[in-house]
Amino acid sequence: MSEQQHIISYRKLTVIWLVLVALTALTVGITRVDLGGYKILSALTIACLKAGLVIAIFMHMSNEGRLLRWLLFVALVTLAIFIGLTFFDVLYR
Amino acid sequence: MTHHPHKDYAGAKLGMWLFLFTELLLFGGLFLLYAVYLKRYPVEFAEGGKQLNWALGTANTVILLTSSLFAAMAVTAVQRDELRRTMGFIGGTILCAGGFMAIKYFEWSAKIGHGIYPGSEHLKTVPPGESVFFSLYYMTTGIHGLHVLIGVTLLAWVAAKVKSGSVHAGDYVLLENGALYWHLVDLIWIFIFPLYYLIL
Repeated sequence: MSEQQHIISYRKLTVIWLVLVALTALTVGITRVDLGGYKILSALTIACLKAGLVIAIFMHMSNEGRLLRWLLFVALVTLAIFIGLTFFDVLYR
Repeated sequence: MTHHPHKDYAGAKLGMWLFLFTELLLFGGLFLLYAVYLKRYPVEFAEGGKQLNWALGTANTVILLTSSLFAAMAVTAVQRDELRRTMGFIGGTILCAGGFMAIKYFEWSAKIGHGIYPGSEHLKTVPPGESVFFSLYYMTTGIHGLHVLIGVTLLAWVAAKVKSGSVHAGDYVLLENGALYWHLVDLIWIFIFPLYYLIL
């Protein structure tokens, strides 16, 4: 490859996988007990954490340059605006 | 004669990421539909969600996470020019995908066996919200399953390229992009799982 490459060790990948599986166990565990409204919040927070780990490490985003990071940011903000504006309508109808 | 074909790795990866963003917005739309209908039919969605098997959902989550681990390891292996290992890891990803689809098959056929599928007689007798829930369930997991099949095909093709020697430590952007696509499939499932199997 022309650019310098970032090799992520098998060990680091395995540790991330263990964390992901542990977070899965955690989200299953806490949604089995009755948390009321916090159920959705906690489950989605853990899902975002897991997604962050997959993007940063498995997808090598933490080693990418500024362009890809900004594009990811723009895509996520677009999605957030989408969802935010829809609920602005749905909630106050 | 030393003639090297022009290769633009940064461009290839940028293109892949741009495509992944459109995928994100596609599934984002489906999650948005889910959220709006959950707001409108909370009781019916809870009723529908209880009929999904969270243990099978958990198994599939772990399987997909493992498949993603193998895909990431395949990239590490190719960077180190360990080509046999690379193919082994891609094989691991494909095996996991097979397990995922098998469980999905059992889930879907059990549901269909109980008369739960879009447009079924049974769903005409339940409240409309529950019917909406199952339509969204089939739509979202169906499109996701299609992505699993496409991802597997893509990775099998890349593995063949590794074997034939055209993907190696000096030129592996194809595997990198294939793995990126696979991680997206995992990423989407990370959100499908709590939304459909856990929180209702």
